[in-house]
Amino acid sequence: MVTAQSQPQSKETEQYNVIGTRPIRHDGVDKVTGAAQYGADLSLPGMLAGRVLRSPHAHARIVSIDTSKAEALDGVKAVITNADFPRAADAEIDTGEGTANLRWVLDNVIASDKVLYKGHAVAAVAATDHHIAEDALELIEVKYDVLTPVLDVRDAMVDGSPLLHDSLHTKELDGSTSDSASNTASHLQFTKGDTEDGFAEADVVIEREFETSMAHQGYIEPHNGTAYWRADGTLDIWTSTQGAFVVRDSVAPLLQLSPSQVKVTPMEIGGGFGGKIPVYLEPLAALLSQKTGRPVKLTMNREEVLLATGPTSGTYMRVRMGAKNDGTITAADVHLAFEAGAYPGSPVGAGAMCSLAPYDIANQKIDGYDVVVNKPKTAAYRAPGAPQAEFATESVLNELAEQIGQDPLEMRLKNASVEGNTTAAGMPFGVIGNVECMTAAQESPHWQSELEGPNRGRGVAQGFWFNIGFESSAYAQVNGDGTVPLVLGSTDIGGTRASIAMQLAETLGISSDDVHPHVVDTNSVGYTQVTGGSRTTFAGGWAAYECAMDIRKQMEQRAAQVWECEADDVTYGDDAIIRGPADEDGNDRQFTFKELAGQLATSGGHIVGRADVNKTSSGPAFATHIVDVEVDPDTGKVDILRYTAVQDAGTAIHPAYVEGQMQGGVAQGVGMALNEEYFYDDSGDLKNASLLDYRMPTALDLPMIEPIIVEVPNPGHPYGVRGVGEVPIIPPAPAVRAAIANAIGVHMTELPMSPRAILDATVLDED
Amino acid sequence: MATEHIVVNCTINGESQTFLANERDSLLEALRDRIGLTGAKEGCNNGNCGACCVNMDGRIVNSCLVMAAECEGAEIRTVEGLAMGDQLTPLQNAFLEQAALQCGICTPGFLVAAESLLEQNPDPSEHEIRYWLAGNLCRCTGYDKIIKAVQQAAGQSVV
Repeated sequence: MVTAQSQPQSKETEQYNVIGTRPIRHDGVDKVTGAAQYGADLSLPGMLAGRVLRSPHAHARIVSIDTSKAEALDGVKAVITNADFPRAADAEIDTGEGTANLRWVLDNVIASDKVLYKGHAVAAVAATDHHIAEDALELIEVKYDVLTPVLDVRDAMVDGSPLLHDSLHTKELDGSTSDSASNTASHLQFTKGDTEDGFAEADVVIEREFETSMAHQGYIEPHNGTAYWRADGTLDIWTSTQGAFVVRDSVAPLLQLSPSQVKVTPMEIGGGFGGKIPVYLEPLAALLSQKTGRPVKLTMNREEVLLATGPTSGTYMRVRMGAKNDGTITAADVHLAFEAGAYPGSPVGAGAMCSLAPYDIANQKIDGYDVVVNKPKTAAYRAPGAPQAEFATESVLNELAEQIGQDPLEMRLKNASVEGNTTAAGMPFGVIGNVECMTAAQESPHWQSELEGPNRGRGVAQGFWFNIGFESSAYAQVNGDGTVPLVLGSTDIGGTRASIAMQLAETLGISSDDVHPHVVDTNSVGYTQVTGGSRTTFAGGWAAYECAMDIRKQMEQRAAQVWECEADDVTYGDDAIIRGPADEDGNDRQFTFKELAGQLATSGGHIVGRADVNKTSSGPAFATHIVDVEVDPDTGKVDILRYTAVQDAGTAIHPAYVEGQMQGGVAQGVGMALNEEYFYDDSGDLKNASLLDYRMPTALDLPMIEPIIVEVPNPGHPYGVRGVGEVPIIPPAPAVRAAIANAIGVHMTELPMSPRAILDATVLDED
Repeated sequence: MATEHIVVNCTINGESQTFLANERDSLLEALRDRIGLTGAKEGCNNGNCGACCVNMDGRIVNSCLVMAAECEGAEIRTVEGLAMGDQLTPLQNAFLEQAALQCGICTPGFLVAAESLLEQNPDPSEHEIRYWLAGNLCRCTGYDKIIKAVQQAAGQSVV
């Protein structure tokens, strides 16, 4: 077996044996040898291959669907449409990222009366071979009555705009709903103080408008789903998902099954970033399996992923912010209009709550609008809503600092949220690392260095994300050799088997290598929420901690039984030594963990520890990023020269994977900043639905990304954990924007700041 | 739409293989669906992502862009053919030690591509590594730790 990389623990984690070290991840060997089984790798006896027919139109009424020719093709076993599903109840279900109406969930899985975006599923086929299934799609005849698409969030909000849903009315601030149907699903608002008073106090006021494009999570593994509906009415699903229980609790009501009839096995997952929380293929595979009596596997190709699965919202945003000459921000007015895609449910609420959270501003008003447009239904994407909203607010803050002539980090420090402050959304801050991140950035070699050369500039930005906790479950048994299999419900998307197992090992006082974590199906572990919200190491780790404490208690009791003494007189030490009272001869009595483990079978039986947690004490995450860029004035191309990411991890359980989250978040944020966009023509046709044209950063586009981990332990967690996954995607775009402004003196107002956009703002403006 | 099937004889990971390919099968589909080697992954099916990267006759190719029927007589090496039994290659070990993977879906393609780089250029610069691997997309890591793993496997000191 390979050995772990030896790097010293941080000062904060020196108190621990396992936490803060960098062991080899438990699932590592399978993932470097090709043995790991992802959803698309599954093969079952008699398995059929399925494909999905998708709408060529962005907005159309379905007049008729004729599947007879497809059904007659040799090798085709079943064809389904929305009409084959039971009528969905008018009820809200938990979708893992909030709630949604079951009818709309079904309509997004497969369209009923209307198609609402190009790529919207219309029919699905199961055949003996995927080539035959593809041929069959061409034989399905769909007649459409094409309607005018609604493609811009501001156009969609105008009275008289074509409507996506006749039944959608705006949920207003007072809880009432609008009389007439609208594309605006809801309006929300957070206020604090009085903004008019605040602006009156300001010496400088800046107002800017921003537009940002939809952007995709871009995981390398396309969606997949395999189902086997048995004759006894039980349904097995295997899928690459961030939340096996979400899949179960979405599929069961869609097919009018009990959750007990549905077992979901989470396969290895090839990235998700929030986009693999909703169901797309699983209900279709299930119904095709019911119709054929055979297992059916559905996979998407890349075009389908980009057309029809959850990007994050495109937006129109307006921010007005005022400050005194000493840098005190006196007022901020934030207007956020977010594209939800075809059905309500953009992340505008989270964006609104995050938008000004890093700063203690006396007077704030934040308005958010959730707006449907003829584009794919948006899904969670890493800190959903925050990259857009904080791009707007951080950008205006940077411009204020520039106008006042204050260092942008000094201005942030002057206004920074600290313990005891409350956001406009009413969220009180406990112990947070906001200031610590800013000062660590100030002290970094990057910030201390000089940047020289033409068309080069430096930018900085802050980021905030809540992090969440909630439900996780775990159990672990103690084997006779002292090893501990640990059973988890959290899909491991980036090293959480290791980070959770390490917390169990720390609590038991044993080696991380002696813990063997396993991610299992929905019947084999207690309810566990999605791998998302930066919650998995936090809540999963807490479950592992409580599971280990349960084992410690049971081992104390067992030792007491062996020693024939009171359990209260036995203690399980953090060094994994179980100590009892002296024996009759006055000799100390003790077991090592392994010694007692070896006697369990013969002293009363094996021990299983278990825990179910539901925690709301998650620790917010802050980050400060610094970037140097060079802008090519002839092409508009921006190169990232140097990047430093500072982030408060609370406690970095496995620092290498914390760094990996920070670096990966930066890469996605830089993609959002510079290149990634959904490019629609006027008919609503997505013109760049490939990974050649949807341009994500390659190894050649990025420099090394220097991570600086700050550790301000979260007092609301046994090991001080805060989530780390999401916040690093937030600062890149505003930091890059500031660096571009510093380089060429142009303040961009859109994302991505692509070569085309830079040239529009520079060369073309001069004509 | 009658489908022709073609007998293909080739060497995969050092073993002679004979399989029946659908005339429409890519090498990737043949590896995964006909032969049962699922280490090479489909990320895009049009050569943009590199997740299906395999070594064919000494060259790295995107197996989604090679027809299975073209593989008659070819020598193919996939991620499953890198380790010798339970002996991982230095590059595979470096990927584990540097934490160079998160979800792991792009890893097989990166390993095959980077092994090929190190065969041809045992002491590559950071820029040469980035250039060589620019055809392999990773969405999780930001590439840092992948580059460092390749540097470690090349015997370079890694900070």
